[in-house]
Amino acid sequence: MFEYAPAPESRSVVDVAGSYGLFIDGAFDGGKDGNVFKTVNPATEEVLAEVAAAGPEDVDRAVAAARRAFGPWSALPGAERAKYLFRIARIIQERSRELAVLESLDNGKPIKESRDVDLPLVAAHFFYYAGWADKLAYAGFGPDPRPIGVAGQVIPWNFPLLMLAWKIAPALATGNTVVLKPAETTPLSALFFADVCRQAELPPGVVNIVTGAGDTGAYLVQHPDVNKVAFTGSTEVGREIARAVAGTGKRLTLELGGKAANIVFDDAPIDQAVEGIVNGIFFNQGHVCCAGSRLLVQESVADELLASLKRRMATLRVGDPLDKNTDIGAINSAAQLARITELSEIGASEGAERWSPECALPDRGFWFAPTIFTGVTQAHRIAREEIFGPVLSVLTFRTPEEAVAKANNTPYGLSAGIWTEKGSRILAVADKLRAGVVWANTFNKFDPASPFGGYKESGYGREGGRHGLEAYLA
Amino acid sequence: MTVTAAAELSDLRSFLHGLPGVDKVGVEARAAALATRSIKTSSKAKAIDLAIRMVDLTTLEGADTPGKVRALCAKARRPDPADPTCPPAAAICVYPAMVKVAAAALAGSGVHLASVATAFPSGQAPLEVKLADTREAVADGADEIDMVISRGAFLAGEYTRVFDEIAAVKEACGGAHLKVILETGELGTYDNIRRASWLAMLAGADFIKTSTGKVTVNATLPITLVMLEAVRDFRARHGRIIGVKPAGGIKTTKDAIKYLVLINETVGDDWLSPDRFRFGASSLLNDLLMQRTKLTTGRYAGPDYFTLD
Repeated sequence: MFEYAPAPESRSVVDVAGSYGLFIDGAFDGGKDGNVFKTVNPATEEVLAEVAAAGPEDVDRAVAAARRAFGPWSALPGAERAKYLFRIARIIQERSRELAVLESLDNGKPIKESRDVDLPLVAAHFFYYAGWADKLAYAGFGPDPRPIGVAGQVIPWNFPLLMLAWKIAPALATGNTVVLKPAETTPLSALFFADVCRQAELPPGVVNIVTGAGDTGAYLVQHPDVNKVAFTGSTEVGREIARAVAGTGKRLTLELGGKAANIVFDDAPIDQAVEGIVNGIFFNQGHVCCAGSRLLVQESVADELLASLKRRMATLRVGDPLDKNTDIGAINSAAQLARITELSEIGASEGAERWSPECALPDRGFWFAPTIFTGVTQAHRIAREEIFGPVLSVLTFRTPEEAVAKANNTPYGLSAGIWTEKGSRILAVADKLRAGVVWANTFNKFDPASPFGGYKESGYGREGGRHGLEAYLA
Repeated sequence: MTVTAAAELSDLRSFLHGLPGVDKVGVEARAAALATRSIKTSSKAKAIDLAIRMVDLTTLEGADTPGKVRALCAKARRPDPADPTCPPAAAICVYPAMVKVAAAALAGSGVHLASVATAFPSGQAPLEVKLADTREAVADGADEIDMVISRGAFLAGEYTRVFDEIAAVKEACGGAHLKVILETGELGTYDNIRRASWLAMLAGADFIKTSTGKVTVNATLPITLVMLEAVRDFRARHGRIIGVKPAGGIKTTKDAIKYLVLINETVGDDWLSPDRFRFGASSLLNDLLMQRTKLTTGRYAGPDYFTLD
């Protein structure tokens, strides 16, 4: 084997301070009651920074700042708001290397993904929604759509900056102001984004960032002066938010869990299907709500496909997220690692056959080898529950009807994949799948122009595209 | 030929058309992803030496003369006269008329001598002419023959004719290794490239090669990836290892390293050898030498420090 020498991206391109405050009304300050929490590099368990934990008074101040900013911001002509968004997009591009390294440090994802996927998409989202800001009258929501007011947004740790972009870009383009809470384990890129906002001279209060744990998020979504709540995260927390918001008149969009079926028919382009399966479940360590975590493969090609998949998995490079040749980085937190480990053990004890390629894992940090389970049935917990890690459950089917029935037999409905060289089958099967996104002969492809969202327990509302404007317009 | 291969031949068309399809977007994305691998320091040094050992140093011009060919042979034997640790190239590749001259110049060096044959580059000549072309080149001292397939016949679906031609040329080669040029730039689709690869391997090719270097589209990473997948699958089925040779358009060390990464992560170790993988190239060699010198000395030397030819 031709060994690749270490090719580390330089850490010196990002300057992480020892401590960070909250970003409220255009300035950083410490939390009112001085509580802080630590954020760590999951690849080394090294503490990266101390971050202020926002209490109720801090959230009050942030919402009040957003309320004050709302009047003038929403009164600006769309073309003027667009200028700020274009400026933010350009600054993100200019600082993309710094932000990519930061994201890999705080999240654990490989630099090749933060550099080639996350950051380009973040900039693309701001560019895309900047383009809508002066064309809202033509978006199909009436001749004079109005912003809603103050948006309270809570985002997850799997794509910290990208989820921020999905939330903030459409909100600002439509004239709303925001208070955003990043995830507890990945607060840093949102705080750097606050600096981008200052650099872009965005008026104070239009974007506020409050860091903290679940209780900070709960104060935010329950705040009486928040008009619109947007949440991406677990179905469990999504339910609590839906309950809290019910009857308040607040608008709500939820983007929750998934257990996507990636369906491989016997006439699929096998080598590319294998790539799609790998990308579907091992991209971002499987910390992807739309991950293709259930592989449904037609029995007649199952052996051949699994042999190819195992051979391919043996080439995956697990390790230092900052090495440019790393394919799979660190699991984001000890808690997430525990959950993945627990569900995998349940899979094995329920009788599924577990396989991982030989791969040495670092001693420190949170790591999980890419894993597949074969002989999985619909009755196994690993076929039903979201694992949110690099673990693939393999099921087989005999006919297209059976594939569709199994694919839809889940409380979730976020995404699905179809692999076949037969165009008519793609259309017929896609029509029957109850999933918000259906990919054909590809997986995990994202574009700001394409709406994204789920069926059933995967949530409601759409983000991205023209559809993504609707959640922020009255 | 094995019994299975003979049975496949009896229904060559249904076999070739029954191969799994290739998704264009997917294969190009995979090749592009592998092209982002970062090969530095010690692995770069190893890659450069391996790439030098894989070069089929080529001159295929109407203007080729014995003098030019001799110069090329000297270059292949000792690519960097200033550095004795620099390995030789794999082979030189010339037109049949130049084989005698090259054979004399390479005698005893261990550098292989490849000759294009079979009415290179178009392949548009009667079979007898192609076979005579091949026999002559082998008789003059070529130990590797680079033949072209009849793309016209392939595109017209006359698979048996293409198969028979390759088999006949293989026979005419005697002990010489046969490289079959698919001229992938004229085949139009990745599906066709996979089919042509299998056809050539079933008919007896020792190597499958992308291009003549004489058409607009020559070797590309995704085309080579499809061919590597074909040799990998062929080995799994028939147990025989077929080599791969991308040719045309590979000019820089960076390009060459991308191909080595492709081998490494698709077919693995067994193809990381000049017996199994070659670069059909001319200007590539000097860029490899330039990068090699940079790695050993820490400085870039100008083009005048590396020999022409």
